[in-house]
Amino acid sequence: MHELSLSSAILATALRHADGRRVKSVQMRIGTMRQVVPESLDFYFGIVGRGTLCEGAALEQERIVAELRCEGCGREWRPEIPAFRCPGCGGGEVEIVAGEEFEIDSIVVEEEEVGACIAPR
Amino acid sequence: MHRTQVKVAEDALDANTTIATANRADFDRHGVSVVNFMSAPGAGKTTLLERTLDELEARVGVLEGDVQGSADADRLSALHLPVVQLNTDPGFGGECHLDANMVRSALGDLPLEELDLLVIENVGNLVCPAEFKVGEDARVMVSSITEGEDKPLKYPLMFRTCELVLINKIDLLEHLDFDLDLFLYNLDAVHPGIEHMLVSARTGEGTGAFREWLAGIAARAPAAA
Repeated sequence: MHELSLSSAILATALRHADGRRVKSVQMRIGTMRQVVPESLDFYFGIVGRGTLCEGAALEQERIVAELRCEGCGREWRPEIPAFRCPGCGGGEVEIVAGEEFEIDSIVVEEEEVGACIAPR
Repeated sequence: MHRTQVKVAEDALDANTTIATANRADFDRHGVSVVNFMSAPGAGKTTLLERTLDELEARVGVLEGDVQGSADADRLSALHLPVVQLNTDPGFGGECHLDANMVRSALGDLPLEELDLLVIENVGNLVCPAEFKVGEDARVMVSSITEGEDKPLKYPLMFRTCELVLINKIDLLEHLDFDLDLFLYNLDAVHPGIEHMLVSARTGEGTGAFREWLAGIAARAPAAA
């Protein structure tokens, strides 16, 4: 269900940037901390896109691995399970360097060839 | 026809965030603090509100989010507070959470100028509500001990996004195998240092502290413009 809501948000953003052009693919960057199931997102995106300029568009998902940085000792690490305390000093003030992304990086659209069909015979 | 790559570089939830910011501005203008109140279904959100809002020393209203029906709003209406029911079924596709736009659609029904605090009781769900800001000042979640010790590890986004966790149904501690220390350990692993309170909506134990906390949030609001 989570992915259905998120798919609708992706669709709306992609259509706004498509500005009336047909969308062939959407390139996304998704952090592993967003609890998104890639196959499920793909499935729902296919459904919400029906009847829109995104119908049939491919959803390309780049997974961004979570990276944390301890604000106390500066240690950086990649958490295996959701564990946010620094494994070095035990500090709890932790900056999320990567892993929270839910970003549309770009879209690929189809455009008319301007002037291609009006050349004189 | 040819293909063009268009750079977007935008969070897919930016549209929601923009509306949440507009909600926030409206709340600020009326001097209302807003709490987004979240949990799994059946964790005890409504009962906790019944227990705490009655004697709260602030003018409080409730926006009640549910997929269907008005059972919770009907219960809270007995407290003689302004309560507005927001159903996600008609008009919003039966969504499993409230988003900023849904909350915005209900603002006209709320007497914001008469409130210090608005509690938005979200749809029961530990996943989607965490993703959608609605214009709140604070996020509070309820995790009841019948749900088990592992919930922070399974739903880290929800537990990380809140600033207070109410651990409810503690009147059942002696009857269950729930390991409170393990739950607190998991909670701290996911959200180091997060504030928590042990409460029982049934007996009222611990709800006084939550009532005081809410009064503190209500006092945070800027004076109405």
